[in-house]
Amino acid sequence: MISIRNVTYDIAGKPVLCDVSLDLPRHGVTALIGPNGAGKSTLLSLVARLMPLQSGGIDIDGQDITTCDTGALARVLSILPQIQDAAPRLTVSDLVAFGRYPHSRGRLTAEDHRIVDNSLDAFRLSDMRNRALETLSGGQRQNALLAMIFAQGTDYLLLDEPLNNLDIAAARGLMTQLRTLADEQQRSIVIVLHDINYALAYADHLVVMTEGRVAATGSPKEVISQDLINRIYRTDAAVIAIGDRRLVDVGP
Amino acid sequence: MRLGLLLGGGLFVLGLLSLFVGVIPLQPVDLLRDPAAWELLRDSRVPRTLAVVITGGALAVCGALLQSMVRNRFVEPMTTGTGQGAALGILFATWAAPEAGLLTKMAVASTTALLASVGFLLIIQRLPPTQPLLIPLVGLIYGGVLGAGVTFIAYQGDLIQYIDVWMNGEFSGVLRGRYELLWVAAFVAVLTYMAADQFAILGLGRTASINLGLNYEQVMIVGLLAISVVTALVVVTVGAIPFLGLVVPNIVARYAGDNLRRTLPLIASGGAALVLASDVIGRLLRHPFEIPVGTVMGILGAVIFLWLLYRPRSHAL
Repeated sequence: MISIRNVTYDIAGKPVLCDVSLDLPRHGVTALIGPNGAGKSTLLSLVARLMPLQSGGIDIDGQDITTCDTGALARVLSILPQIQDAAPRLTVSDLVAFGRYPHSRGRLTAEDHRIVDNSLDAFRLSDMRNRALETLSGGQRQNALLAMIFAQGTDYLLLDEPLNNLDIAAARGLMTQLRTLADEQQRSIVIVLHDINYALAYADHLVVMTEGRVAATGSPKEVISQDLINRIYRTDAAVIAIGDRRLVDVGP
Repeated sequence: MRLGLLLGGGLFVLGLLSLFVGVIPLQPVDLLRDPAAWELLRDSRVPRTLAVVITGGALAVCGALLQSMVRNRFVEPMTTGTGQGAALGILFATWAAPEAGLLTKMAVASTTALLASVGFLLIIQRLPPTQPLLIPLVGLIYGGVLGAGVTFIAYQGDLIQYIDVWMNGEFSGVLRGRYELLWVAAFVAVLTYMAADQFAILGLGRTASINLGLNYEQVMIVGLLAISVVTALVVVTVGAIPFLGLVVPNIVARYAGDNLRRTLPLIASGGAALVLASDVIGRLLRHPFEIPVGTVMGILGAVIFLWLLYRPRSHAL
């Protein structure tokens, strides 16, 4: 379990997070949703120790992230990085093999190689394992990075808006894959999503944030309501119920 | 692998050549009948060859490290402030304490080189990430400003004649007893190879580095320290050799990629081979006079680089 206690965070004097206390459950897919500027990405960055905490505390499975060894933490928790245009000239399999760095410190064992191969298979990258990263499309590059953090073998995987720039087939493929990871390997996935419908369709838990605070938490069915959409997103999109599922109709 | 064999073989041949090319004629057969030939080899030719190999290898490695650290292919320590910082340090030490030993000057030069590199890093952090070419441009300007500072202080202190020695590297003065500090540079360069994976991961960016459990700031500081010490040692013993750290890592990256564990040995031997070739050519062209190694290397490196740029290449590494 990731427990966030009284976290407040200011950027340039403006509060981005205001006294957030929140438990992100172990196992399953947890989606962070909310309007732009709600503090979702900041919260994720703080959990992943990308930025130092200003106040409050974050524990992962009872370990305080500020005192825990960063190398040890990399075996428990991973965050999907983004590679900008200046990608290093690495092959896809080189990149995925770096996912084993927290375990093997660069000296890969037979077991590490097996995990890397599995990961390349799982993300359908085996055919392009010797391709240079810089020759891949944005979507393929993100896929290679996903394979890297998959090979990292952490219980917790954090993803910040991974569906940006993916077409519907790729987006559904990725969400299905994350579901499989959660269901078959009992991994815990925390994902920031913009499209509420993806969150409703694939997540076990929703955390709705607005203006630096947590507005609601719970299962998609419990949390999403017409009232919430109106109140949090300040828009009048309709929430439709289809059997057990909920859907947000974006039409006028 | 093929590239490795090619570079290794080339380095060996060039090394042999370097032993038998110089102002005083020396042929392999002389070694059999003339004891003075052995003295020449021991006191001048071997030290010179070793100095060239170490300088070339270590500077090329430093270029690759800095490029990975700042995630930009167009920077290298000699032109982006580290080299000028080192010169500033020696100048200061020479001016403030002319009697100080070489080790003291070395320590001062390393410190100022480190400060200059940290300054470069702080400046480029404020540049927009969408404009990658600003980094080398700002680096050149920064290096130029520091270099102007060096000249000004030297002028004020009547030390102008020293500057040429530090800023234009050449190996004609290398003799036994005058180059041994370079072994420290070789040692530091080999040490960085132990952390090759860490430096390669830095090239993936800060988020990826922290995700993989790297102590990002610590690895950056270790890298800067290594670069500063090597640069300062080279500037003190043979003088600055610009652009070597730029050309060689780029050439190797085009062939073998950026996985530093695999490529650092190639980069080191490539750097050594390029400087060795330049030094031998410089000794031969106007025999018995010498052309400075930096001049020859600039031409040689540019030709190789242009050929690589305009040659068609494949998608795989």
